[in-house]
Amino acid sequence: MSDAPVLSLTDVRVNYGGIAAVKGISLEVRQGEIVTLIGANGAGKSSTLKSIVGLVPLAGGVVSVFGRDIRGEKTHQIVARGVALVPEGRAIFTNLTVRDNLLLGGFLKRDPARQQQNLERCVALFPRLGERMSQEGGTLSGGEQQMLAIARGIMAEPKLLLLDEPSLGLAPRIVQEVFAAITAVAKHGPPILLVEQNTRLALQTAERAYVLVTGEIVLSGTCAELKQDPRIRAAYLGEDVHT
Amino acid sequence: MSQFIQQVINGLSLGSIYALIALGYTMVYGVLKLINFAHSEVFMVGAYSGFYAATFLGIDALDQSGQSFPLYLALVVLIVAMLVSATLGMTIERLAYRPLRNAPRLTPLITAIGMSLLLQNLGMLIFTPNPRRYPPILREVRFDFGGVIVTNIKLTIFAVAMALMVGLWFLVNRTWTGRAMRAVSMNLDAARLMGIDPDRTIGKTFAIGSALAAAGGILFGLDQITINPTMGTLTGLKAFVAAVLGGIGNIPGAALGGLLIGLSEQLVAGYISPDYRDAITFLILIVILILRPEGILGVVRQEKV
Ligand SMILES: Nc1ncnc2c1ncn2[C@@H]1O[C@H](COP(=O)(O)OP(=O)(O)O)[C@@H](O)[C@H]1O
Ligand SMILES: [Mg+2]
Repeated sequence: MSDAPVLSLTDVRVNYGGIAAVKGISLEVRQGEIVTLIGANGAGKSSTLKSIVGLVPLAGGVVSVFGRDIRGEKTHQIVARGVALVPEGRAIFTNLTVRDNLLLGGFLKRDPARQQQNLERCVALFPRLGERMSQEGGTLSGGEQQMLAIARGIMAEPKLLLLDEPSLGLAPRIVQEVFAAITAVAKHGPPILLVEQNTRLALQTAERAYVLVTGEIVLSGTCAELKQDPRIRAAYLGEDVHT
Repeated sequence: MSQFIQQVINGLSLGSIYALIALGYTMVYGVLKLINFAHSEVFMVGAYSGFYAATFLGIDALDQSGQSFPLYLALVVLIVAMLVSATLGMTIERLAYRPLRNAPRLTPLITAIGMSLLLQNLGMLIFTPNPRRYPPILREVRFDFGGVIVTNIKLTIFAVAMALMVGLWFLVNRTWTGRAMRAVSMNLDAARLMGIDPDRTIGKTFAIGSALAAAGGILFGLDQITINPTMGTLTGLKAFVAAVLGGIGNIPGAALGGLLIGLSEQLVAGYISPDYRDAITFLILIVILILRPEGILGVVRQEKV
């Protein structure tokens, strides 16, 4: 049990009305790791994350969390097992205050003292949020919304954190800030499965990586290895590789 | 002037009944994006539940012996009716709407119309189609303020409705149930990701909206003296217009819309002609749909991610 991976996907498939978006992928995330799943737009990254938390049905394969098969469970049940997804596009509650957004993140961890402690952790991680607690979520900048979305995920005290393209649409300076926080979260916190299109950044942040191309994993390994792989350098890092 | 004040007082009293019913339409629309046409029958059943509860508690004997109905029993009547309607509302959701959660949006809408007709006909079967005189839960006392006649019934209706709306405000803004309701209405998938069970939240929303409609039913009975199984049709429609006027899905909007519909109805009845009291509501509906379809407090719906 103790050496079961925190998350394991085995031959996972996702279809949309007969069209295959994820075509049988297998991956693992272990305690203490940041693992990244990289791939171009439309590769099936978001579909993979959504299938883990039951937002889209599995067309095949097995998803297990801490060695337990969670197929068929509803999203809120999977979340109750300690899986938090920070979705693509952030999906914050734009008409609610930053504080209410965060409190909702801790919907299943309602003890007021604990929530207060978690709120403080979030503010320590993202001091900008502390200044904006009573502002409506929709009035935040894109970067702040992303911070809010991650902080809201942390409020759930997750045992596994899934991040869907946290760099999407953010200015480079903000991206640095967000990724520094992600690294800080992983240090003492839950393992992270980071989905990214920004390959360079993802390979810098994570320890291991899987490369997804049109629904299939074509490469995997440690980030150190992949950074040197000519295929990655040519196709994803934009480097001119002479072989 | 005194006639104007008179109409305003009566209008606010009537409007607060519409507001209570409108809240149920708007809350259900918020979480399900469905117009629950059966809500008008939940209101009707609430009125009848109050009728039977008061009768069971011996109101007729008290009335004949000239005694008034004790306040604590009036509260019991209110609570019983609210519980009956809450149960009915949750049952309707469970049986008629939940199985259609993934169906095209037109399907539950048609089901809602069918459910409304079914309940209305069941009402005629069970309660008989004959109008019933509503039991005198409150005996009328008139106060004359320099030509403005205010009855304790109008005041009570307004006060009870306001108290319930304040209670609802607390529930929606200060409890986990309320936070879950707001989250589900804003972004269903995001709410799921917070660990919220949408089905449970939707069930609770039906219960709360239906309980408010039941209170509206009792207040309506007090106000209008008689009730019948088709009472929900016109009143429910007006409350629905109130919800649209305020901005469907918007809770303060429903309260405001209800009061405005009640006011305009009374003012039209008083100054133009009682014949037009129903027409004004639908004129308002047409105008609002043309000029501001999102309603007074509604916002243009933002796209979900
Ligand atoms: N709800 C949906 N309905 C139909 N097709 C979808 C849906 N969501 C995603 N797809 C398709 O599935 C494929 C993978 O999409 P997605 O998982 O969002 O990729 P990524 O996150 O890697 O950009 C794409 O071809 C996309 O068009
Ligand atoms: Mg994506």
